[in-house]
Amino acid sequence: MSKPLLKKKTYGLLAEYDSARAIYHACEQVRDAGYKVWDSHTPFAVHNLDKAMGLAPSVLPWIVFAMGMTGASLAMLLQWWTSTIDYPIVIAGKPYFSWQAFVPVTFELGVLFSAFGAVFGMLGLNRLPMWYHSLFNSERFLRHTDDKFFIAIEARDPKYDPQKTRELLERTGALHIEEVED
Amino acid sequence: MAQYQDELDPITGRKELVEGDHVTFHDVTEAVARPIEVPSSRWWIAFIPSVMLLGVYLISIAYLLYMGTGIWGLNNPVAWGWAIVNFVFWVGIGHAGTLISAILFLFRQKWRTSINRAAEAMTIFAVICALQFPTFHTGRPWFIYWPLPLPNQMEMWPNFRSPLLWDVFAVSTYFTVSLLFWYVGLIPDLATMRDRAKTPIRRFAYGLFALGWRGSTRHWLNYEKAYMILAGLSTPLVLSVHTIVSFDFAVSQLPGWHTTIFPPYFVAGAIFSGFAMVLTLLLPLRAWFKLEHLITIKHLENMAKIILLTGTMVGYAYAMEFFIAWYSGNPYESFAFQNRLFGDYWWAYWIMVSCNVISPQFFWIKRIRRSVVWLFILSIFVNIGMWFERFVITVTSLHHDFLPSSWDYYSPTVWDVSTLVGSFGLFFTLFCLFVRYLPTVAIGEVKSVMSIANPHYHGDASHGEHH
Repeated sequence: MSKPLLKKKTYGLLAEYDSARAIYHACEQVRDAGYKVWDSHTPFAVHNLDKAMGLAPSVLPWIVFAMGMTGASLAMLLQWWTSTIDYPIVIAGKPYFSWQAFVPVTFELGVLFSAFGAVFGMLGLNRLPMWYHSLFNSERFLRHTDDKFFIAIEARDPKYDPQKTRELLERTGALHIEEVED
Repeated sequence: MAQYQDELDPITGRKELVEGDHVTFHDVTEAVARPIEVPSSRWWIAFIPSVMLLGVYLISIAYLLYMGTGIWGLNNPVAWGWAIVNFVFWVGIGHAGTLISAILFLFRQKWRTSINRAAEAMTIFAVICALQFPTFHTGRPWFIYWPLPLPNQMEMWPNFRSPLLWDVFAVSTYFTVSLLFWYVGLIPDLATMRDRAKTPIRRFAYGLFALGWRGSTRHWLNYEKAYMILAGLSTPLVLSVHTIVSFDFAVSQLPGWHTTIFPPYFVAGAIFSGFAMVLTLLLPLRAWFKLEHLITIKHLENMAKIILLTGTMVGYAYAMEFFIAWYSGNPYESFAFQNRLFGDYWWAYWIMVSCNVISPQFFWIKRIRRSVVWLFILSIFVNIGMWFERFVITVTSLHHDFLPSSWDYYSPTVWDVSTLVGSFGLFFTLFCLFVRYLPTVAIGEVKSVMSIANPHYHGDASHGEHH
């Protein structure tokens, strides 16, 4: 690319807080200020912080439901086809399609596929794994998995302004604010 | 009871789950991460004997593969011996981990947070041990993939009407889902280990498996949903697994096995034995890793209460089996149960009853529920009793079947014993490796149940606000 190499791009502003209460109220203020491309980073899931950020509910349950139905249907189909069409054999005088006996395997495969949907669906929605992220350039950010709480407002946000955004974050009671490189 | 006054949460008024004055989030991270980063030499005291027992296991299996299953004590009426006993025993152990991680989660039992990680690890290792036995009991374990519905040149399919095949699907699904659930729970804690890592190897290893987790609330939203769904899936799954294991017995026509009480009875027994094993593992762990303020005496007391409940349910099931044997008027059923009490295996039956029915009743006494010594001793008794339960069910029904001319007495050989004892080596070796390299307590989850984690926390009980 023909971009000047010396000028480093800015990812955004990173503000640090030291309690669940502080980040909760700070998120409410950033949400009310109308920012869209921003996030908060916490050592644990702070209760209702998604609502303080104004996030929409997760779509994961729909993925899991679709996967579960697929797994259960495939299991029943497999058992029906193998025991009536491809390899019909009388066992214990039961009908070829003795569906009652096929319930356990149908249930288990439904659960198995649902679990795959839940785990890999969650990772997909979160765009994980992503081993490099701009925020890891910040030394202070390392403590987001320990005891510090962060808000990151990205420079991509249409409302982003290095000065005004910094002032907003200062008003929310941030203990430390820094600009993070992309 | 003034002598058992526990600290209370200033906002909710419930018992504090993390003990100590002004414990910070950082203190929790330190308490869990330090023993991994600066290992104690005491770890070797547990690890070396475990590996030696694992050696016993490997020798037993090597000799088994060389000679065949004839080295075991199996005979003609008793074609299911210790292999199935050990299989059911180990699968049952695993169930407490899932109960803690899934069922207690759905019931919003927040005290589960400091014990779920180790209990889930126990589940996975117990299922690994369980899977050894049917695998080697097949005689030719290199054909263990035959129960899977794979297209093959014989143009045959497995018999989906057989409970043994249901078992294949149930246990393998259970193992896979437990592993996924455990790993999902580990991701934020692996990120903690990554961010604390001082050496490049650690940073790389923890970082690789942490998948670049950065505690984003947008991620937590999907993560918590996934966690709840996995809990919701694991709950019916764990109940189904031991139900299906009990079908191995209940679907057959043998007196003593062919009863409808088996599924709930097996599930209660599984949870009973699993909680005992959780206590057996956690009591030394919390002392050696100095985690007593996270895995508190209240946690142990709660587990003792669950042991008391499920132990009483198991006792009820034993009594109900006898009632039905009499009430059904079926002479074969009645004989099977008389034979259990007073037949050749009377001693096994009475060991089972003393350990499973009598020993948990001590937990009615609060002083015993709060004594680590008593908890440890009673947990060992329950472990022994539940092994004997599976032995009694399997062997007493088989050794005197319908045809008196084929009756026989079954006794194990030294190889049966060494394989069982060795499987504990496999279990403890895996558990030792787990406590050496992975956070034994769910760091993030424990932080989230501390009173300072509540967004409404003011730092002072006098003006806790209510939104």
